[in-house]
Amino acid sequence: MGILDSKIPSGPLADKWTKHKNDINLVNPANKRNIDIIVVGTGLAGGAAAATLAELGYNVKTFCYQDSPRRAHSIAAQGGINAAKNYQGDGDSNYRLFYDTIKGGDYRSREANVYRLAEVSGNIIDQCVAQGVPFAREYGGMLDNRSFGGVLVSRTFYAKGQTGQQLLLGAYAAMNRQINRGKIQSYTRHEMMDLVLVDGKARGIIARNLVTGEIERHSGHAVVLATGGYGNVFFLSTNAMGSNVMAAWRAHRKGAFFANPCFTQIHPTCIPVSGEHQSKLTLMSESLRNDGRIWVPKKMEDAVAIREGKLKPTQIAEEDRDYYLERRYPAFGNLVPRDVASRAAKERCDAGFGVNKTGEAVYLDFASAIKRYGKEKALTSGIKNPDEATIIKLGEEVIEAKYGNLFQMYEKIVDQNPYKTPMMIYPAVHYTMGGLWVDYNLQTTIPGCYSAGEANFSDHGANRLGASALMQGLADGYFVLPYTIGDYLSDDIRTGAIPTDSEAFDEAEKQVRDRMEKLMSGTGIHSVDYYHKKLGKIMWNKCGMARNAKGLEEAIKEISELRKDFWENVKIPGTIDSKNQELEKAGRVADFLELGELFAKDALHRNESCGGHFREEYQTEEGEALRDDKNFKYVAAWEYKGEPKDAELHKEDLVYENIELKTRSYK
Amino acid sequence: MKLYLKIWRQKDASSPGKIVDYTLDGVEGDMSFLEMLDILNEELVSKGEEPVEFDHDCREGICGTCSLQINGEPHGPDRLVTTCQLHMRKFNDGDTIVIEPFKAKAFPVIKDLIVDRSAFERIQQAGGYISVNTSGNTVDANAIPINKHDADEAMDAATCIGCGACVAACKNASAMLFTSAKVSQFALLPQGRIEAVERVQNMVRQMDLEGFGNCTNTGACEVECPKGISLTNIARMNREYLSASLKG
Repeated sequence: MGILDSKIPSGPLADKWTKHKNDINLVNPANKRNIDIIVVGTGLAGGAAAATLAELGYNVKTFCYQDSPRRAHSIAAQGGINAAKNYQGDGDSNYRLFYDTIKGGDYRSREANVYRLAEVSGNIIDQCVAQGVPFAREYGGMLDNRSFGGVLVSRTFYAKGQTGQQLLLGAYAAMNRQINRGKIQSYTRHEMMDLVLVDGKARGIIARNLVTGEIERHSGHAVVLATGGYGNVFFLSTNAMGSNVMAAWRAHRKGAFFANPCFTQIHPTCIPVSGEHQSKLTLMSESLRNDGRIWVPKKMEDAVAIREGKLKPTQIAEEDRDYYLERRYPAFGNLVPRDVASRAAKERCDAGFGVNKTGEAVYLDFASAIKRYGKEKALTSGIKNPDEATIIKLGEEVIEAKYGNLFQMYEKIVDQNPYKTPMMIYPAVHYTMGGLWVDYNLQTTIPGCYSAGEANFSDHGANRLGASALMQGLADGYFVLPYTIGDYLSDDIRTGAIPTDSEAFDEAEKQVRDRMEKLMSGTGIHSVDYYHKKLGKIMWNKCGMARNAKGLEEAIKEISELRKDFWENVKIPGTIDSKNQELEKAGRVADFLELGELFAKDALHRNESCGGHFREEYQTEEGEALRDDKNFKYVAAWEYKGEPKDAELHKEDLVYENIELKTRSYK
Repeated sequence: MKLYLKIWRQKDASSPGKIVDYTLDGVEGDMSFLEMLDILNEELVSKGEEPVEFDHDCREGICGTCSLQINGEPHGPDRLVTTCQLHMRKFNDGDTIVIEPFKAKAFPVIKDLIVDRSAFERIQQAGGYISVNTSGNTVDANAIPINKHDADEAMDAATCIGCGACVAACKNASAMLFTSAKVSQFALLPQGRIEAVERVQNMVRQMDLEGFGNCTNTGACEVECPKGISLTNIARMNREYLSASLKG
């Protein structure tokens, strides 16, 4: 199987994690005090890992580019977090969560990792409640659940439409407790510029203080990269403006393999693009698909009239609406997985049925949910024979209680009232399943360099199910990495502090300085954003929701040319040794310009359609994804060899011992 | 539309700053306020000038990074939004807009419109947590039922995004709304009661040490808060503080 060893423990699936925890080496509490760990990124995965490692007794240094760990982009996750608690008694179990996740990921993730994820999911909810996370509750005082796409049970826990915020603030609070104890040193407004390897092991980082511009050296016995995804390679995405791939890409250049870069999630329910000035896209939570019905007009003339502003959606009769998800996928209806819902929206819009002025939008309609809830509320409130207006008023109140903050956000951005007229939505880049290759212990191919959360490739295969990102981030951070990293560190109890005056640190720092000086030396007229937007257009048009060989080949060529142009010409004002936001952006875009090419190369080599990766050449007669398990049932892990075009492919074959591979069907 | 911008420029913490005038054309109503500044910065960069630096990240109103005092109001004229969710349709062609950093002694300017809000960090570090280790075997999440009303109220307090608008809105630069939101969240939950006495004392002590002013109940913080955090949280914190003092 080549040089990739996934280190999956032997034994029955359900026993692997317990057995592994019993088998691995531990570091005794006294020795933990002599071991330093660097955690880069303070979102759910990094924040949870930092807090837990510090509780265990390790000395932790955390780094984030934001001015506070609380601002990591996990904060923007809206809908919820999955856990196999079976509080609703609807037949949920660890196995079912495991099965749904593997199937949802279109059979491109590891059984053992995903089972472990399901196994610890319940612990996450227990832990968060103990931390004071205010999850939604029912009147009896018990926790409430909702449903998400791609599953037939209600296992999603939530805190209004701000679940990510509340979970992150929980991890942040746990971090604060350790900062107060002196066990975590928190470096905010700091960016990791490079990974430092000493004798082949990850032993530190070079960081830039974003306030002063100073270059700093930090050493540790291990480095954890929990730096999120790379969706901003598309320029427009639901990621934060600062979200970037720099830490992961720097590690990749130093020897960490990058896995499945082309597995990207395009989320079906985002607010459509309004114009050229747009800087980012805003998600409308998948939870809205619990109650919203997605449709476009059945008749082309109606669609045209709507686009021209001559017709309103509310004027279109029920029988003239095409609820295309309910039509195509009767079993799951509006709650099909994200990749399926996104492609179906694109199909309708490409066919000419889009409903906004750009032709790239579909409706998400709450009118029938408002009536349904209104009637129920009237009944339970003892109102006999309520009139239409009363029903709608009561129904709107129920919808407001469930999704009020999302509706408010929509109204602020679009300037339309979604209680009275359907929302307009369109797919947008949201999450990246690909990332640094890690083994079962979450260690990359560089000894001592670990990766957690969205930054690694594990668990979600080719498509992530809703409410599973929060679950994975916290599982990695609270319950997996703090155990597995001990096994590696048990060899380091006599190492002592790692000095930062070594040749390895000198060399890494020099490279960082040279790179920044080269960036500043551009002689052209265009800003960093100019290049980033150009890259984004190439990615969206040729590596987006549907891909083909010709487009991908063009993308590879165009990105490579753009990268050359960027390095010669990008214009960056200011200086290196002071606060300089343009320079910060330039460093990030430089790495996106390499990653983008590898992305296209990966998509080109994978001659199949699976999950979020849809190759037009490989589809069924009904337009569904056509997987090729015979030839592509593997993780594609790329080794850096200079230019992205020279990257070398290593395959980790995926072994399914417990699940039968099937064609994914949501009909 | 065409706008006349008056923007605070300051090289770094130790240099004096001043208001600089800019004229910006071609602004559309669908743009967010920060996208308007993006366009200004594109123009500045193309002229070889240093762009106006401002804090921003998620641009969907939840991370709390963006700030700005716009025509004297934190996050501008619209209610219940952060600057990133403020849209230019709230302004008119020919308007003059004054853009300054959040102003408070405890929030020193770093550069241009960026301020240092690390005082908020230290308040949270002083006690904004429940002391529970990660174990995987705390009690089951449903073992302690929590009254829905209390849970909902705790959630309302917990929605604070830590942006600092409450401080910037207050004539005393008080951080009472920010601090009380966290104190309230935990005071309302059974898990948080165990450490309630120490928490309120430690957080209030740190708040005072950071140089924030006192609360004189003007209510400006509640009006300007993008998340609608209620003034009743301050009342609850005062109650908690008083009873903690009596317990000694």
